[in-house]
Amino acid sequence: MIRSTGRIFLTLCLYLGELAFLFLETTGAILRGRIRWRLFWQQVNEIGSRSQMVVMVTGGFTGAVFAAQTFFQFHLLGMDSAVGPVVAISMCRELGPVLTGLMVAGRVGAAMSAEIGTMKVTEQIDALRALAVHPVDYLVVPRAMAIFVSMPLLVGESIGFGIFTSYIVGVKLMGIQGTYFISNMIQFADLADVSIGLIKGFVFGILIVLISCHQGLHAREGAVGVGRATTDAVVICSLTILVVNFVLTMGLNIIFPA
Amino acid sequence: MNTSISIEVRGLHKTLGSQQVLRGVDLSVNPGETMVIIGRSGGGKSVLLKHLIGLMRPTSGEILIEGQNIAGLGERQLGAIRKKVGILFQNGALFDSMNVGRNVAFPLLESGARNAGVIRKKVSEALGVVDLDGQQEKMPVNLSGGMRKRVALARAIISEPSCILYDEPTAGLDPIVSDSINRLIRRLQRRLGVTSIVVTHDMNSVFHIADRVAYLLDGRIYFLGSVEDLRQSADPRVRDFVEGRSGEAE
Repeated sequence: MIRSTGRIFLTLCLYLGELAFLFLETTGAILRGRIRWRLFWQQVNEIGSRSQMVVMVTGGFTGAVFAAQTFFQFHLLGMDSAVGPVVAISMCRELGPVLTGLMVAGRVGAAMSAEIGTMKVTEQIDALRALAVHPVDYLVVPRAMAIFVSMPLLVGESIGFGIFTSYIVGVKLMGIQGTYFISNMIQFADLADVSIGLIKGFVFGILIVLISCHQGLHAREGAVGVGRATTDAVVICSLTILVVNFVLTMGLNIIFPA
Repeated sequence: MNTSISIEVRGLHKTLGSQQVLRGVDLSVNPGETMVIIGRSGGGKSVLLKHLIGLMRPTSGEILIEGQNIAGLGERQLGAIRKKVGILFQNGALFDSMNVGRNVAFPLLESGARNAGVIRKKVSEALGVVDLDGQQEKMPVNLSGGMRKRVALARAIISEPSCILYDEPTAGLDPIVSDSINRLIRRLQRRLGVTSIVVTHDMNSVFHIADRVAYLLDGRIYFLGSVEDLRQSADPRVRDFVEGRSGEAE
């Protein structure tokens, strides 16, 4: 029992160490200017542009459902006009960044892990190294930079669509006064709430790219290994986002008190 | 580049998991020489080859490229050495997201070449050497095994390395394509004068391309000599390998 607990602890420490090392390698390469702009724009398209539909649908329907549920409860108390701020603050602080993080982890994290993992097991990464190209510079840096740029924008998009659909549901379907809906939202939700969402999105982006690329770079044993790396990437990203979200919520509440 | 380089391996040990793959390999390859390393499948030939370009780190021992020990160098420090050494992987290891032209141009683009005309001309020349000029637009997935290896060879030689390492260049190919690859290796060696190290268990290749032959057995160099020495060796273990005898009863 003690031995197996110790082994798990050591494995976790080793894993975290490898992630930290990958983070340092990546940031070091970015700071030294080892940036391949063509690959960066390719990844912005892959991660940012092509994730938009998923993020819009997720944000939009989450906002719509949340507005409806909030209205059903608040209507009983005669607090219809509180729906706007409640939805806006929830979308900004929690639902927008977390759901976007989970969606991007599923779509982009899996793709990163599978692509890099396949390159690993088919010796393409060894070929890169043999051609004097560092795999982190070529594979991780463009993805990391693209996700640093894309994630806050995707989170913003998700929040925006969530608020927009909540307005449609609240005002057009449920009959809340539009003026109260908007003015209360502006009164209670401010720039700090949006900042929290964007910061969380940025942090989740770092986690997704590090975990997914790490899984790909350490893929082993052919197709089975790539499959395992891909699944693990999504699972680890998702769980890490949920855990780190709690830590961020507590930490950011100190910087941006409610 | 193309100035031949010397390679020396001293007391190379490699342990993978619980298996001792290399148990003290000593080998010296002269500039401009074609050294063929033979040995049984799973005997550590590819492991030895990967050590020569720093793709694997030894458990102990030294690997001297032009007198510089690369065994202790970090990934980024190995860059300068790797620019002098080209490698042909067993399955080609072409980048499957790029077409043939871009695969072959990759070393030039990564070394900072930007003149599209010059790059196109060099790619065409490199593909011409392997008789594949005109195939630039094809994707690796649409190539046969032999073509993939030849494209990989074009990629390995485009930046004119001083040494080329070949990992099983004829494995899995029919005899005619194997012969064309063997002739190609010989032609490249004559034309570019590079140091070549070929890992194979194809005896036809050995007799066709080798200047000297090293037989890797039980993790050590068991035999080292010229092709003629190999032919005339009376050592039963060498003879068994050369003549393809398993020693098992019918």
